[in-house]
Amino acid sequence: MSSAPILARGAEPMPLLEVDGLKAYYGQTQALHGVSFSLEQGGITTLLGANGAGKTTTLRSLCGMVRTEGTIRLNGDPILGKATETIVRLGVGHVPEGRGTFTNLSVDENLRVAAYTRQDKVAVQRDLDMVFEYFPILKARIDQQAGTLSGGEQQMLAISRALMLSPRLMLLDEPSFGLAPLIVQEIFRIMRRINTEAKVSMLLVEQNAALALDLADHAYVLETGRVVMSGKAADIKNDEAIRKSYLGY
Amino acid sequence: MEQLIQQVAAGLANGAIYALLALALVMIFVSTDHINFAQGEMAMFSAYLTWQFLQWGLNFWIALPVVMVLSFVIGVGIERIILRPLHSAPLLSVVVVFIGLLTIFHALAGGIWTHTIKAVPSPFPQVSFPGSSYIGPHQLGMIAVTIVMLFALFAFFRLTPLGLAMRAAAQNPASARLAGISVDWMLALGWGLAAAVGAVAGSMVAPAVYLEPNMMASILLYGFAGALVGGISSPGGAVAGGFIVGVLENLIAFLGNALERATGFYLVGNGEKLTVALIIVITVLTLKPSGLFGHVTVKRV
Repeated sequence: MSSAPILARGAEPMPLLEVDGLKAYYGQTQALHGVSFSLEQGGITTLLGANGAGKTTTLRSLCGMVRTEGTIRLNGDPILGKATETIVRLGVGHVPEGRGTFTNLSVDENLRVAAYTRQDKVAVQRDLDMVFEYFPILKARIDQQAGTLSGGEQQMLAISRALMLSPRLMLLDEPSFGLAPLIVQEIFRIMRRINTEAKVSMLLVEQNAALALDLADHAYVLETGRVVMSGKAADIKNDEAIRKSYLGY
Repeated sequence: MEQLIQQVAAGLANGAIYALLALALVMIFVSTDHINFAQGEMAMFSAYLTWQFLQWGLNFWIALPVVMVLSFVIGVGIERIILRPLHSAPLLSVVVVFIGLLTIFHALAGGIWTHTIKAVPSPFPQVSFPGSSYIGPHQLGMIAVTIVMLFALFAFFRLTPLGLAMRAAAQNPASARLAGISVDWMLALGWGLAAAVGAVAGSMVAPAVYLEPNMMASILLYGFAGALVGGISSPGGAVAGGFIVGVLENLIAFLGNALERATGFYLVGNGEKLTVALIIVITVLTLKPSGLFGHVTVKRV
């Protein structure tokens, strides 16, 4: 009988991302107190919670941007303690809080920077075409200095930069922040398409819980650096008691 | 009129030296946000390396690329070994390290090659050409080399993926890491490039003045002036600034002399050239703080 390691784990498909007992620190201050969750291949998972619950810190921990303890496995391989650029090269596209635009570079340069580590020129061009198909406005603004784009356009550019890395997993930090509802709708519609068409799994951090629960299939609720609730997005959305006590709507 | 043209030509020649050093300063500033006070001494050290290779019988145009590579390695080494532990140190500590580097290179050059001044032959053929009564072949060669360096760097930063990655890393390190760029290596690369550009500056200056450990002291100040006037964030601006400072210091001294001859009243002369350069810097920084050609960052608010 074959004893491949995957079968030894109980015949379940290996999760794309496994986080166990994650603690994070800013200097002396502990921001996460043992967060654990996992993320299936191909899905969209959302982390919900109030300001200061540790959502952004969790995403930053996954990319080695804060001091952390615990275990983080990507496709079964431990990545905690690795340099940010190394984790990124393993297929993690992080759309950061505040969008992280290279303001002095053109839109075209912003996109090409993101493809810097890739050698496959043909695939890069294909991804560029895909990005412009998702966000035609970026093609129209291709030679414009990225700092002059509107907030919505910069958010689209941030998602596009992550996409140009050809990631397996995309981490999205409040993509709706500060944007008009119509723009948010459009961006979320494209995120759904990216998930299904480009087969990119997503971990979405949002303050707008209703919006996130519509898009996601799984949800975790964080409170002061701990997971206090988790389940299928649809279940949480339909449970008024949970919504009222944890999500405030 | 004859004299005026001569002064402008001499100014352009000096300006070429300032421009090269300014270019090296900009290189490090753009990639690390620091002003390297040791840039001049590093260039001087590289000039000694070139001289050493010439002594060993190498042709200048073979020695120069070799020294550029050596200087590049030294620059990368300084960043990786000395500055790396200081990444989160306060600015003042970094400045002190730069001063330390300055004295180290100064002492090293004096220690290895002694403090006696050395004549360095010009790498350019000593021929006469139309206009050679105004400007010598070495001076003209320096200007050409400066312009070639500027275009080479421009092409590197604008047209190559590595150049783009360096600009990205300088502009937004956090985002650059999220694009998979190793920002630490980009900083080291910036130091290496600056040292290589400085090597060209030093090797071009040495034949124009005499080679000795103090060779770059005042030139560094003019280099600063050029970089600040043109805009410390813009390589093209730094080169233009270098030329502007070179020409202006000569012109103002020339006009001052003319004034003294005409009226007997002494306002400025050759002795005040450095003062003039500093006044230019202060004027530009007061009226246009980002320099004449510096980037004013566009930001949507």
